[in-house]
Amino acid sequence: MTIKEIQDEIVDEFSMFDDWMQRYEYIIELGKSLPLIDEQYKVDENIIKGCQSKVWVHGEEQDGKIVFTADSDAILTKGIIAILIRTFSNQSPKDILDANTDFIDEIGLKEHLSPTRANGLVSMIKQIKMYALAFQSKQ
Amino acid sequence: MFDVQKVRADFPILSQKVNGKPLVYFDNGATSQKPQVVIDAISKYYSEINANIHRGVHTLSQLATDAYEVSRNTIQNHLNAKYNHEIIFTSGTTFGINLVANGFASLLKAGDEVMVSALEHHSNIVPWQFLCEKTGAKLVVIPMNEKGELILSEFDKLLSEKTKIVTVNHISNALGTVNPIEYIIKKAHGVGAAVLIDGAQATPHLRPDVQALECDFYVFSGHKVCGPTGVGILYGKEEWLRKLPPYQGGGEMIAEVTFEKTTYADLPHKFEAGTPNISGGIVLGTAIDYMNSIGFDNIAAYEQELLDYGTKRLLEIEGLTIYGTSENKASVISFNIEGIHPYDIGTIIDKLGIAVRTGHHCAQPIMNFFNIPGTIRASFAFYNTKEEIDIFVEAVKKAQMMLS
Repeated sequence: MTIKEIQDEIVDEFSMFDDWMQRYEYIIELGKSLPLIDEQYKVDENIIKGCQSKVWVHGEEQDGKIVFTADSDAILTKGIIAILIRTFSNQSPKDILDANTDFIDEIGLKEHLSPTRANGLVSMIKQIKMYALAFQSKQ
Repeated sequence: MFDVQKVRADFPILSQKVNGKPLVYFDNGATSQKPQVVIDAISKYYSEINANIHRGVHTLSQLATDAYEVSRNTIQNHLNAKYNHEIIFTSGTTFGINLVANGFASLLKAGDEVMVSALEHHSNIVPWQFLCEKTGAKLVVIPMNEKGELILSEFDKLLSEKTKIVTVNHISNALGTVNPIEYIIKKAHGVGAAVLIDGAQATPHLRPDVQALECDFYVFSGHKVCGPTGVGILYGKEEWLRKLPPYQGGGEMIAEVTFEKTTYADLPHKFEAGTPNISGGIVLGTAIDYMNSIGFDNIAAYEQELLDYGTKRLLEIEGLTIYGTSENKASVISFNIEGIHPYDIGTIIDKLGIAVRTGHHCAQPIMNFFNIPGTIRASFAFYNTKEEIDIFVEAVKKAQMMLS
């Protein structure tokens, strides 16, 4: 599936929920399903420092695509990472670089990706794009 | 008789809804809300007397200058300072600390010691680190115990002839501990060290008497005492303010300027370069008058009730730990729930209309001491209620249920 298709699918899933509680409960569920980063990569150099929650992200090239794994010490942050990883993992560097994250608005989580939110997510997207850029220049 | 509902009516923001729920504002440690008299005074200043101060001969300038100086006198009386020129308007606590720390660069040499405490906010650590880098002085830290209290026997041991300045907060922002500053000031003076008290978290709860305390410097921020943002106060004993060099150069702070040499204005203007936050300075006086009309005895007694009630109710929650358990505490409760990140709880209870602070509270050394990423901090003001505490406790329980 393309990034856009996955994003549409996520928007569809979230449209089933009537209120923030259900949305958040789903995010918490997603957080538990996040493909966890291998302990060996959970090191300081892979840490993205938000002010409050820590985020680790690791990318690996597999057959021209990048596979991401990640973790966070906060469960809501982890849930949103799971959503982002679902859209960006197993995609080509070019598609990752071309993609945006506007769908986050549509699922009612805009405030979590605000640059002023101290949760590390915005820096994480930057990091994902950096991985894509690095792998692209190697190709 | 203190009537909280009457007091609440003074604060328009408190009747707001946030995320569809009535606002419960428990982030008073970060900033206080503003009563209508303060909001009106800002508008009145700009509507009626806005002009630059200490310069013009025209009527408006004179009116603005008078109002600014009346506010200085209000603050002098409030702190019981000996002279009104010991009251320096700043942009806030951080600026006041930087002004003093910068000034001490001319007084220290390598081998001297600057003493801070383990309970400090970053703004009472970093300016002193700058000072130490500049002068070769050493930063010495008064340690704390598990209750979040400074260990005075260690303080006694660390204090020596080398200590040139001791800088501690009156009340800890992260834990709420009220520090024994009387003891610290007396002992520090015993070795000839100056003492700066960071009163940012204390001034919303109590009225400091700088002459009784005998502190050399006392700093605080306007926005935490129901005043506007961007204004604060540095109190300094006259002899110290004379000793310190100016911090910023510019207009207002000079006596005479030639290209060969500039002489400085007398106190307090020596430290007030440039056009200040005039409206902020004037309205800080309004805010202090408002707080005094409520009365700090009333505020302290009522906030103690809120603290006791909040502590009791929160401890009903399973797995909850309170950080900062000194007997002598302001109305601040910093806590965590086992297995749950503070950020997650803060995010969920925000959806329920509750404003608290989560994170390290700009006091990372304290978080490192307890080996935690941060806490959830509820800080109560005199306009909060026990009913709000009930709503808050239920919200935390709900968040706990969702997150575990």
